Amino acid sequence: MSAKIVTITSGKGGVGKTTAVANIAVALATNGAKVCCIDGDIGLRNLDVIMGLENRIVYDIVDVIEGRCRLRQAMIRDKRLPELFLIPAAQTRDKTAVSPSDMVRLADELRGEVDWVLIDSPAGIERGFRNTIAPADDILIITNPEVSAVRDADRVIGLIEAEEKNKPSLIINRINPVMIKAHDMLSAEDVLDLLAIPLIGIVPEDENVIVSANRGSPIVLNSKSIAGMAFRNIAQRLEGQEVPYLDLDNHGGLWNRIQRIAGKN
Amino acid sequence: MAACGTESNGLLERTRMGNLIDRVSGRKRSAISAKERLQLVLIHDRTDLTQTALEELKDDLIAVIARHVDIDPDAVRINVERNGREQRLVADIPLKGVTHHRGG
Ligand SMILES: Nc1ncnc2c1ncn2[C@@H]1O[C@H](COP(=O)(O)OP(=O)(O)O)[C@@H](O)[C@H]1O
Ligand SMILES: [Mg+2]
Repeated sequence: MSAKIVTITSGKGGVGKTTAVANIAVALATNGAKVCCIDGDIGLRNLDVIMGLENRIVYDIVDVIEGRCRLRQAMIRDKRLPELFLIPAAQTRDKTAVSPSDMVRLADELRGEVDWVLIDSPAGIERGFRNTIAPADDILIITNPEVSAVRDADRVIGLIEAEEKNKPSLIINRINPVMIKAHDMLSAEDVLDLLAIPLIGIVPEDENVIVSANRGSPIVLNSKSIAGMAFRNIAQRLEGQEVPYLDLDNHGGLWNRIQRIAGKN
Repeated sequence: MAACGTESNGLLERTRMGNLIDRVSGRKRSAISAKERLQLVLIHDRTDLTQTALEELKDDLIAVIARHVDIDPDAVRINVERNGREQRLVADIPLKGVTHHRGG
């Protein structure tokens, strides 16, 4: 086994990093892969509650790095999917408790254990961000169709380009087709044109995301949710499959164009 | 409402569409403002080139070129164009014909 290490990051907070990590991880594990998520947001632990695993935490990432427990002891097994694990963030420490080389060492140890390591990044472009991108084979940038989120995404893409990492891919989250049709929201096509990196997913705004967060049960487990379907599609694209983009506005035109743009990347 | 975009930033198509919607609604739709503003902000963020710096560069460029050929400073256009994640500086400098040559 040699895991692929994928980090999800954004610059701006609140755009959907944690939601995306939880959902893509659950989708990959549902497809039969062995997956470990790492909550890289040290001091602001959240991935555990989104995955519904907050009551199972004994050890955290800083315990592993500082040698108070073994790696396997800090890997919390998911209650629904036996091949899904979470290494939680430390809640009472801050990002300086971990260095980029600690993260590379931890990720390398995990490579032999699982098929996928998904790392959730904190907001910002400082130490916490550096920690989470250091071990990444691939980076997914997530953004919303809003000026501040797109600007921050562009800045983060620039920083990643300077690191000589693989070119990142883009997830556009919280697309609202009604607002786009009224020309009051940037379309996925606009965002893609501005940021100019390959697309890997378009996720619509879906209030079920909040309901599923309330329950600690990621939205991909809800077969009726359109956002859940979008996250399942991202997981399949990560696995190398070609999956058409969802026709979110039921009118074809825009989405056909997106398919063509996405195809070009 | 006047179009504020310049052709060089790839805004032409958007601006035309914006004008059409402006005429119908009397106001530019916010998605179009968002895209136009982001196009300019991203060029600035990526290149660290301000409008003032660009103006200075243009003046210097005109001075150098005018030493070699006859040009009309007011006709010179210099812009940053965006192609994917690359920015390039594009100068359009019309040359005056020899018939207009100012004698020494
Ligand atoms: N597609 C979506 N539709 C509706 N709400 C969403 C969607 N994606 C994320 N959210 C909500 O946005 C908020 C921020 O998401 P989160 O994943 O915590 O962002 P981050 O980790 O980037 O700070 C949460 O309340 C989440 O439920
Ligand atoms: Mg988060």
